Parts: sequence; C-alpha cells; structure tokens
Amino acid sequence: MSNSFLLLLGIATPLIAALFSYLTRYNNNLRDSFGIIGGIVTLIISLRVFHGIQSNEIFEITLFNLFEGVDFTFRVTPLGSIFSLVASSLWIMASIYTIGYMRGAGEKNQTRFVIFYSIAIHAALSIAWSGNLLVLFIFYEILTFSTFPLVGHKQNSESQSAGRLYLSILVGTSLIFFLPAIFWIWLETGTLNFQDGGILINKFPIEYMSFLIALLVFGIGKAAIMPIHRWLPAAMVAPTPVSALLHAVAVVKAGVFSFLVVIVYIVGPDYLLQTNSSDWLVWLACFTIMASSIIAITKDDLKARLAYSTISQLSYIILGAALASSLAIKGASFHIITHALGKITLFFCAGAIYVTAHIKKVSELKGLGFKLPLIFVAYTLGALSIIGVPPFIGSWSKFYLIMGSLEREFIFVAIILGVSSLLNIYYLLQPVVIGFTQTRKKEIKLIKSPLTVWPPVITGIGCLILFFYSDYFIHNVNRVIT
Amino acid sequence: MFDLFLDDAPALVVVLPLIASAIIAFMPSKIWPWIISMIVLVFHLALSLHLIEEVSISKIIIYEFGNWEPPWGISFKIDGVNSGLQILFSSFVLISTFYSRKIFLNEIEAEDTGKAYSLWLLAIGSLNGIILTNDIFNLFVFLEISALASISLISLGAGLNRKALLAAFNYLIIGAIGATFYVIGAGFAYAMTGTLNMNDLIIQLSQYSDGQLAIFAGMSFMLIGLMVKAAIFPLHIWLPAAYSYAPSAVSTLLAALATKTILYFFARLLFEVFIIYENYLIIFLDFILFPLSVIAIFIGTLIAVYQDDIKKLLAFSSIAQIGYITLAFSLRDHSGITSGFVHIFNHALIKGGLFMSVGYFAILYKDRVTLSSIKGFGYKYPITSFALLICGLSLIGLPLTNGFISKLYLFQALYINQMYIPIASVALSSALAVVYFWKIVEQMWFSDIKPKPEKEDPSIYFPIWIITISIILFGIYSSPIIEFSTLSADYLTQGLQK
Repeated sequence: MSNSFLLLLGIATPLIAALFSYLTRYNNNLRDSFGIIGGIVTLIISLRVFHGIQSNEIFEITLFNLFEGVDFTFRVTPLGSIFSLVASSLWIMASIYTIGYMRGAGEKNQTRFVIFYSIAIHAALSIAWSGNLLVLFIFYEILTFSTFPLVGHKQNSESQSAGRLYLSILVGTSLIFFLPAIFWIWLETGTLNFQDGGILINKFPIEYMSFLIALLVFGIGKAAIMPIHRWLPAAMVAPTPVSALLHAVAVVKAGVFSFLVVIVYIVGPDYLLQTNSSDWLVWLACFTIMASSIIAITKDDLKARLAYSTISQLSYIILGAALASSLAIKGASFHIITHALGKITLFFCAGAIYVTAHIKKVSELKGLGFKLPLIFVAYTLGALSIIGVPPFIGSWSKFYLIMGSLEREFIFVAIILGVSSLLNIYYLLQPVVIGFTQTRKKEIKLIKSPLTVWPPVITGIGCLILFFYSDYFIHNVNRVIT
Repeated sequence: MFDLFLDDAPALVVVLPLIASAIIAFMPSKIWPWIISMIVLVFHLALSLHLIEEVSISKIIIYEFGNWEPPWGISFKIDGVNSGLQILFSSFVLISTFYSRKIFLNEIEAEDTGKAYSLWLLAIGSLNGIILTNDIFNLFVFLEISALASISLISLGAGLNRKALLAAFNYLIIGAIGATFYVIGAGFAYAMTGTLNMNDLIIQLSQYSDGQLAIFAGMSFMLIGLMVKAAIFPLHIWLPAAYSYAPSAVSTLLAALATKTILYFFARLLFEVFIIYENYLIIFLDFILFPLSVIAIFIGTLIAVYQDDIKKLLAFSSIAQIGYITLAFSLRDHSGITSGFVHIFNHALIKGGLFMSVGYFAILYKDRVTLSSIKGFGYKYPITSFALLICGLSLIGLPLTNGFISKLYLFQALYINQMYIPIASVALSSALAVVYFWKIVEQMWFSDIKPKPEKEDPSIYFPIWIITISIILFGIYSSPIIEFSTLSADYLTQGLQK
C-alpha cells in the first residue's frame, strides 16, 4: 500500500466509522462497535506512520490547489506522527469507555453523540497530518464545530450557554487573530507549508514578530492560555467521555499541537531565539501555570478541578514552545503524549465514579476508595504521572522542560515548574487521600459498570510501563527538532 | 439568418425579457408565464455565453442602437469589466426563475402569476441594461424601470404581510430621491459637456481639466444617487424592509443581483470616467467612501446580531457585505478593485443561496421566519437546512467556501495598502457573523424539539443546491472568478496613476 493512500485511509477511517454508526443506528451494540473498530484501524495506520517517520519515509499527498502557493496537502511531520498516535490509540480506550458511560448514565441521543465523536477524531487526525497552515486551520474549525454538539449534548439551558461560550470563544479567536495571522504569513512569505527551520527567516519583519506570536497564541484558543481559557471549564458540562478524549486529548492537544507546529515549522525556533520575540510568552505561560493551579485547588467539583489542571498543563507545552530551545521543544512535544495519557486516566476515573456512585464532588468521596479500589488505584497512577514522579512516563517530559528552561538560563521558570509540581501533588492527590482515609457515614448504592473501569486501569498502567519504553517515543521526539 | 440574430445579441439580452414581459403580463394561466420566462432566460444565457466568446476575441463590443453612432445614439458596451458579471447575472436569473415557480404559487394570488412574471422579467431586463449600458442617461432609464418593477414585486408580498406595502412605498420614495439625484447629476454633466455617452464623456471632461464647480456638483449628485440605489451606508434605510417583506423569490433576486449591478456601475463610473479628476476622486474615496464602508461593515453586522426576523438579519448582513465591496473599491488600486469584484460574485451566490433556503422555509412555515419559528428545522427539512448551513459558513468566510476567497483577496488588498485598522474590523465582523449565523443553526439543530423529517420539494431544493455546490466549487477552484475579476480590474485601472 502506498504511503499517500495510507494517509487518506487513515483520515477517512473515522468518517467511515461515523457513517456506519449512522447506518446501524437502530442496533446499539453494532453502532457502538464501529468506534472501536475505527480506532483499531487508525491505530494500526498511525503506528505504521510513526515507524515510517522513524525510518525517514515521506508521507505526503496533495489533493488540489487552493490558491497561489497553497495546496490542500497532507504531510506527516514527526510532531504530527506523535499527535496522531496519541489520538488514535486513546480513541480505542475512549470508545470502550463511551459505551459504558453513555449507557450507565442513561444519556439520550447516543447516535448523534457517537457520530460527532468520530468526526471530531477525523478532524484531530487531519490536524495532525496537515501539510500546511491553512489545511490545519480548516480542520481546526471543523474540530470546533463538530465538538459543539457534544458539549451541548444535554440540551438544557446550562449546556446550551456553555456551548455558546465554547463556540464563540474558539471560533471568535480563530477568526479575529489566527486567520489574519495566517494571511499575514502568506502575504509576507508566499507559502504556508511546514518546513524544518520555519519559513519566516529573512522574510518576516523582526519588529513585528512579537505581535505575530501574540496573534497566534491567542488565535489558537484551543491552547487555552489565560485569558482565553474560559471555554474549557465551561465545556465540562459535556458527558465525561467528551471531557476525557476531547478536552484532555483531541481538542486541547490540537490547540497546543497547532501552536507547537507553528513555532517549529513556520516561525522556526532559531529565528524565535534570534528575535527573542517569545520571551513575554514565557512569563504569560508561567502565570497561567500558577494561576490555574491555584484555581484548581479551590474547585470542589472533580471535573472542574481536572479542567483547571489541564489548563495549567497545556501551558507547560506553550512554555516549552516559547522557550524555543531544543530541549524545551522536545519536552513540549513529549508532554503531548504524557499528559494525554495521564489526564485521560483521571477523566475516565472521574466519569467512572459518577456512573457507579453518582458523585461529582471531591468532598463527597469519603471512604469510596475501599469500595472502588480499581478506579482509585488507576486515578493514583494517572495523578502520579502528571505530577512527574519517576517511574511514571510524565517524569520524562517534565525533566526535559526543566532542562530546557535551564538551557535558556531561565532559573525562575525552573522554580515555577517545581512549585507547580508541588501544587499538583496537593490538588490531584487530595481526592485519593479523602477516598482512602475518611469514612463514610451513610452507605450509598453502587451500580456496577465494568466498561468504565477497565479503560482507566489500562491507561493508568500504561503511564507506569511506558516509562521504561520511552525510547520508543524519544526517537520521534528527537526528530521534531534537529 | 441566425448570424443576424447573434449580431444583435447585446440588445437582445435586454430586449428579449422586456418583450416577453409585455406578452405574459395579462396571461391568465398559472404555469405558462413561468414556462415562457424559462425559455426566454435559457436563450438569455445562450446569448450571454455567445457575448463572452465574442468579447474574449475582440476584447470590446460596442453595440449601437438603430445604427446611430455614439455619441448621438445610445450604445451598449461589453468589455472585460462586465463580461463576467453578465455570465453571473444570466445564470443566476435562470436558476432563481426555476426556483421561483413554487414559491410564487404559495406566496401570491394565483391570478397575479402572470403579472408577477411580467414584472420579474421587466426587472431582469432592466438590471441587465444597467450592466451593459454605456450611456449615463440610459442608465437612469434602466434604474427607474428596475426600481418600478422591484417596487411592484415587493408590494406583491402584501398578501402575506401588509408591511410589504409600507416597505414598497419607502423604497419608492427613497429610490425616487436617489434617482432624482442621479438624473440631476447627469443633467449637470450634459449641460457642461453636451454628451451622455460615457466614452465621449471621458474625452469631453478631459478638456475641463481644472475647476468647473458645476461638473464637481454633477459628479457628486450622480454618486450620491447611486449610493442610495446601491444601499451604501448610511443611505441603506430602504433595504432591510424591502428585502424582508418582498415575496421570497423576489428577495432572492434583489439581494443577489439588484445592488450588485449598481455597485458594478458605480465602480465603472468612478474608475473609468471620474478618474479624470483624480483629486476629486481621491477625496471622495478616502474621506467619504472609505470611512462609510468601515462603519457599514461594523454597524451592519452588529444590527444583524440583534435581529429576530431571519430575512431582516440577512438584509442587515447584506449592508455589511456591501461595505466590504465598497471598502475594496475605496482602496483605488488593482488589488482593491479585483477584490471588490470577487466579492460581488461570491456574495451574490452566498446571499442568493441563503435567501432561497430561508424563502423555502417561509412558504413551509407560512409566516415570518423568525428564530423561534425554525426550531428543529434541521431535522424536519434536512436537505434545505444543510444547504443553508453551507451558505452560512461561506458567509462567515471559512476555507473551502467561496466566501473565504473573498476574504483572502480583501485581506491581501488591505495589506498591500497598509490598512491595518480595516483588517481588524473585517476580522471582527466575520467573527460577529458567526454569532448571528450560529443563532440560526442553534435553533435549527439544537433546540429542544426534534421533529421527524418531512418531504421536501425537489423543484425547490434543486436550484438551492446548484448554488450551494457552486459555493463550494468556487471555494476550491476559484480561478474563474479570480480571472474575471482581475480582468475587470485590468480594464478599470488603466486610468489610475499608481
């Protein structure tokens, strides 16, 4: 099978899965199985692409010309191969989990849910493999629009206003900042293709660089840097599978991935270092890390707490991109994998707790640890990975990021990262402590839902095991920046 | 014999609909007026295609009526500037006439069908005259015919809502004021130069190279008159009511083509004739048209956000979109004029598609289409709703639709001219477009009711989908529109210094 056909197949698979889910909408089991099958197919293709990138193969396909200098092209960059692997492998887990959750929680409109879920994955994969900035932008918008029905799934007034906020912030920022920035880059350079070392060198005026970076980081609202972060906590009204896969993996990672791609393949880290135009962003990212960690502590709702934790972790990646040193960018790329794995585990657990015990608040978890040992153990594994404790995979990316900040001699940033880890320990492990130490006075009825328990257990164990196999990822991470 | 027929093609594209209009005016049948209109318009399209072929060879066709040589007789001119517009016009009127049959059947009294199509063809013939004429007084005649035809068509909407009469009356008064301004200006020009022919006017005006207050006054009168007719902010007051209370088919025709043809003539007058007084032109464009356009973009979009009636919402969005076009023209260079023409094409398609879909909803709902009345329509009428969605995304200007191409060229033109504040206002306005358009989408797909699908009429959704597909097609393969627009700009920038 030729490489370009493989790419098209990979991108089309989620769409085909969506189509089949629609056709089999009257048979619930068959309908839901297409998510898993689609996930397996895309995972195989993503793995093939991932290995191909390791051995310097080229995956590229051009469909048609859009306008002067810009084609509708898919081309896999090393960074893209990482993102697609993460998205497709976690899609399988999420599909299994979705079945358990949606049925357990008795949600309506499950067919619509499954279909838009698959379309969102399609958009995320296309973002990962896009060959230029405009194609990336197109699928960035498709991702927003396709996740809107998922966020507003419950169709009550709360989810409707959350959906509006979600859409207006994400689409609004992309049209006001991101698209003009894309036009600007095109007008100055005549191209939008991703190239090693970037396309702006000697073409884009140095004095406007900081402004361009600002347009990009605020235009890519999915990266959720403060003050453009309000949509993420609002989106938590969605059913948990959405929060898990989309708002811990696909959507937010698409945001930071887009920003990272722009820095690495459009702006060029060297050019960024020359002009020092992203130093201000280092401080904004640090501010976001600290501020959202502190907000997370105050949140009693488990999902809201995780949402603020996500905002903080996303800024790690923006921080890495803004530092622009080789190690920092590698750390940021690696953090896409590690945070995705850790955070999806935590969200899975939060949803599983909701389905089995109907509890949303941290303070009500008293004594639940002994009742739901598997879920709490999985949660602990995920939390430890995000905190960055060895031997969990999350420790690698944090290590790289700290090294990257020292490489740029930003000692203060390294300190911030350390302090943030301490805060992580507090707000992520507090639910575990409450669950295992305090005792519950009133018994509650538990509903068994094995399909929501095993996915987090698997991803949690993955956080631990992959620590020892990190070489596998480091290969491609090293290729991101040469 | 047939060649003889083709030789008169420039006249026939205007005269044919006018003659047919007289024939069907008193036809009692419900179906024959439509059939005759369709036949005439198929010929119309064939003639237009023939004209384009001719122009591509000979570059310019001057057609003299009755063999009276200009500047004495009336003449039509077809060149690079209007050939693209002629094709757009011809194809769009054919599609919208096809669409109009069921709509008229539902919205007006059966015995009025003949009259409606008579007026319809009258409007088409005279609007086409505006595109082709090379004579400033002849333009006034066509302006008046088209205005009277459109006003009568709008008033046919009175069967559904009496406010249509008020809207028609307002249009009549304001339109008459605009036309009067224009004809006073043309009178000044005639008094000073003794000519009405545009090519001759260029020669005569260049002899009055300086001064001549009367000519400046005449130019100002003409421009203001046209600004009223083209609904350029703040002279747009007649437009929202006229578009929204007209029968649905009529609003489609008006929204897609009526203002566009006048905008085209506006550009032609500015850059072909008035360019002789460059200082005057610069003052007009930089200090009047430019700020007005930026304000129009902003105000139009902002008002649209607060509309409950969907046709009104689209009408206010039109005012903003006309602002895009005049903003592009006010840059007075090649990139600006190109981008203006690109948007004339694209916006005609987008607004046409939107008004067609909403018009269908209007006859299905049998009342004003408001935000609350279209609840669940996405499930009830999926085919039409989906077309509406695509047209709306194009209105916002997302990639892979032709609206994106418009925006791309507008940004490029603004960037070349270093107009950074308008760039920001265009970006902001397209983000606000998401707000008003999404209010529609939310009601259609994400409201609390989810009705079962109902049967839709293929004869209505077929033309809607032709427009919708062309929107995507021209978003991906944009070179036809770009080539025509570049050609228009090439011709119109010959007189410009920079």
